[in-house]
Amino acid sequence: MSETMEAITTYLAPRRLDEALQAMADGDATVFCGGTDLAPQTESGARPYKSRLLNINRIEGLGGIAADGGEIRIGATTTVAEIRRSAALAEIAPVLVEAAEHFASEQIRNAASLGGNLCNASPAGDMSPPLLVLGASVELACWRDGAAHTRRVPLEQFFVGPGKSVKRPEELLTAVVFARPAPGFVGRFRKSGPRPALEISTVSVALGARVADGRLSEVRVAMGSVAPTPLRARHVEAALEGQPLDATTIAAAVAAAAEDAQPIDDVRASAWYRSHLVKVFVEEVLDDVRGN
Amino acid sequence: MMSVETEIRFTLNGRPVSLKVPATMKTLAMLRDRLGMTGTKYACGEGECGACTIEIDGKTVNSCLMYAVDCDGREVVTIEGLRTPEGLHPVQQAFVDHGAVQCGFCMPGMIMQARNLLANNPELTREQAQRGLEGNLCRCTGYTKVLDAVEAVAGKNTCGRATP
Repeated sequence: MSETMEAITTYLAPRRLDEALQAMADGDATVFCGGTDLAPQTESGARPYKSRLLNINRIEGLGGIAADGGEIRIGATTTVAEIRRSAALAEIAPVLVEAAEHFASEQIRNAASLGGNLCNASPAGDMSPPLLVLGASVELACWRDGAAHTRRVPLEQFFVGPGKSVKRPEELLTAVVFARPAPGFVGRFRKSGPRPALEISTVSVALGARVADGRLSEVRVAMGSVAPTPLRARHVEAALEGQPLDATTIAAAVAAAAEDAQPIDDVRASAWYRSHLVKVFVEEVLDDVRGN
Repeated sequence: MMSVETEIRFTLNGRPVSLKVPATMKTLAMLRDRLGMTGTKYACGEGECGACTIEIDGKTVNSCLMYAVDCDGREVVTIEGLRTPEGLHPVQQAFVDHGAVQCGFCMPGMIMQARNLLANNPELTREQAQRGLEGNLCRCTGYTKVLDAVEAVAGKNTCGRATP
């Protein structure tokens, strides 16, 4: 609660995306939306402010869920609470709604934005595993040569380390997009912590796959809190792809989980416990899908 | 060097307010230190405990995490805004009646969150109340009586938006 001493020279709350991108063009702006990650990081001194403070909450068209077409688009300022309440997403991508359901507390969900959760690039970010199994990409916009430019980056290439992504300082994450899941797609999400609410995941696992005739295809498995970034579990995926979902396949997938997870010891859990838990979750999500 | 100050205007408990705040000031600090509204409590300061819960445009948030500048143009309700001409708000009265208050420090946040849950769902079940109050910690661990109080108000439909 100390009086802030940062050298912020400008505060901006633009209504137009162009204005925001121009204000970021030299890379010297700190962006905030819900503030739920930025506020504690700046208060503790872990993250210094840049010279401009940019509030993206007022930008028109940057929030909202467009779920009518073949591509689902969730604007960056969409809150986790909006995702949790979305009837459209509950039908199209319940795995994402399930993760939103287990995200922090209601007060945090009402403020925290999807874009902010991804840009924070925590290995434990709860929106990442479900979006990875949905094959999501992020849109990154910037102002260059007098115009706005947007590039798309697959989410699995977005994270590069704890708190680090490929987003450049002059870029704003504007939306998350993913193709409407095909018929027969199933998704599951599991996270763990000592208590259900407000828990930074000790381990999280998401599964997305098409199920037909007892076999899985187009399998995507993602894990959180077991490596420096949220990751795709390629060994688990390989053990499942095209296989009948039986006890032998599940055992192979559980064994493969050890190849994908490279957890560390930290204050929340030991590496040993995380390695154990990730196997339990892989087994649980597969048993759950098999039971359906 | 101090960060730049910005003039903001918003509605606080039904009354228009305007003031200048530093760009990085949080809403909790503004309420307590600039506006003298000390009902909203500072406890953890990092969104873990819910003692600083306020309502903004009808949704509850942790005011310790919210940038004060982002209140601009919005409608803010704090625990002070729940007062009715008759006295305590029905949720406050239920907390008193059920002995839900121990040390009391978490109460403003707990009541703000409980009232919001009840306003959005007058038929709130005990289980829904439990989930909805996950972001509010009581270090005296008096949760049972809190849930008793919320359950007693559920169904009585007395938790419309605060109209101070």
